[in-house]
Amino acid sequence: MKPAPFDYVAPGSLEEVLATLATYGYDAKLLAGGQSLIPMMNFRLAQPSVLVDLNEVTELNWVRRRNGGVSLGAMVRQRQLERDPVVAEVAPLVHDTMPYVAHPQIRNRGTLGGSLAHADPAAELPVVMVALEAQLRLRRAQGERWVAAEAFFEGLFTTVLAPDEMVVEVVVPVLPPRTGYGFLEVARRHGDFAQAGVTAVLTLDENDVCRKARIVYLNLGEVPMIARKAADLLVGEKVTDSLIAEVADVGAREEIEPTGDIHATADYKRHLAGVLTRRVLKLALAKATSSQ
Amino acid sequence: MTKNVRISVTVNGEQYEREVEPRLLLSDFLRHELGLTGTHVGCEHGVCGACTILFDGQPVRSCLTLAVQANGHEIMTVEGLTEDRERLHPLQEAFWEAHGLQCGFCTPGFLMTLLPFLEENPQPTEAEIREAISGNLCRCTGYQHIVDAVKLAAEKLARQQV
Repeated sequence: MKPAPFDYVAPGSLEEVLATLATYGYDAKLLAGGQSLIPMMNFRLAQPSVLVDLNEVTELNWVRRRNGGVSLGAMVRQRQLERDPVVAEVAPLVHDTMPYVAHPQIRNRGTLGGSLAHADPAAELPVVMVALEAQLRLRRAQGERWVAAEAFFEGLFTTVLAPDEMVVEVVVPVLPPRTGYGFLEVARRHGDFAQAGVTAVLTLDENDVCRKARIVYLNLGEVPMIARKAADLLVGEKVTDSLIAEVADVGAREEIEPTGDIHATADYKRHLAGVLTRRVLKLALAKATSSQ
Repeated sequence: MTKNVRISVTVNGEQYEREVEPRLLLSDFLRHELGLTGTHVGCEHGVCGACTILFDGQPVRSCLTLAVQANGHEIMTVEGLTEDRERLHPLQEAFWEAHGLQCGFCTPGFLMTLLPFLEENPQPTEAEIREAISGNLCRCTGYQHIVDAVKLAAEKLARQQV
């Protein structure tokens, strides 16, 4: 198993990367951490004619506070997200979710921007970024645009990125006070792709009434699946066990599109979605109630 | 026809200059170009962990890295664990003594994963050890002995510090 031949460029600056993309468009592929792209090239599922290596573009790696939230460069490694104290403080859901992302050896190479642009429905980072309402800054040679994480994913391994465009920055906004969160998934072995997963972010007011709720599912549709109807049931209510059960039921029944595979039927994944939703909402609720 | 790329890589403290095809995987570069066959190639798509090496001190899959990406970087393979051919590294000794290997195919990957792990976490719990090796497959299923070997290695390394 060897990749098909390609030309290799390793630009030293973002400007050079964008110029290369402008020249080659569809024929070029960006190499970030390579933890998904290189397996696909080894299997020859991907055969780019020009590979543009981002690993020497150090200007794409930063972690900075921004308006109470955090701004992250596209080339931030997953291991950095796991260990950076600013990420742990300002984007604790991202920090808590990282150990679910494959194995340490993979996280040492894998990047934030790479995982988002790859748009694997079984990947954790897209789901978490959608739940946190992160904003993505996309650049091309002629300019840039900001896209909300939830508008970024179009389908299976498909995003709104144009062939000459790339993710350069991800901004995770600050969590409001009295906000709780959680992430859970079920995988056959730790570090494997999960059969199903869910993340929730809940904001309460001073009377413990839910003001805002986001529930997003992993690997239960072609993109991160936002359970709007289920989350709306929580808003304006006190979050009781019976309400949680109802929300989980609506989410698992109406807001996902699981497909069966060799390890799990669609029905089983629906069952997992319900159980995980109940558990994650309880986690998020406990965090929100105990936070200031 | 793609252009070959000239690279300069430090492997186990020694500098190598080679001209390589961009599609050459780092695992194949180490084995075929440098003759360092201690790095084993299992699945070639990042699942088994047999090809784990240290890239600038961090364990990574060499089958998911291109040789050209190692240009200007420092690589350490299992051959770099000990300079003295007559003596094993304490981690290797521990694997030997605790029966941490059967066929040995996965062993180099385990060793290279565990070396930085034990430096960072010299007294790991069993749960931490199992988490640390979760990215390495042993098809002889000798995990229990591998966990024992890691505990023994931690003791050996601690004694060495004193």
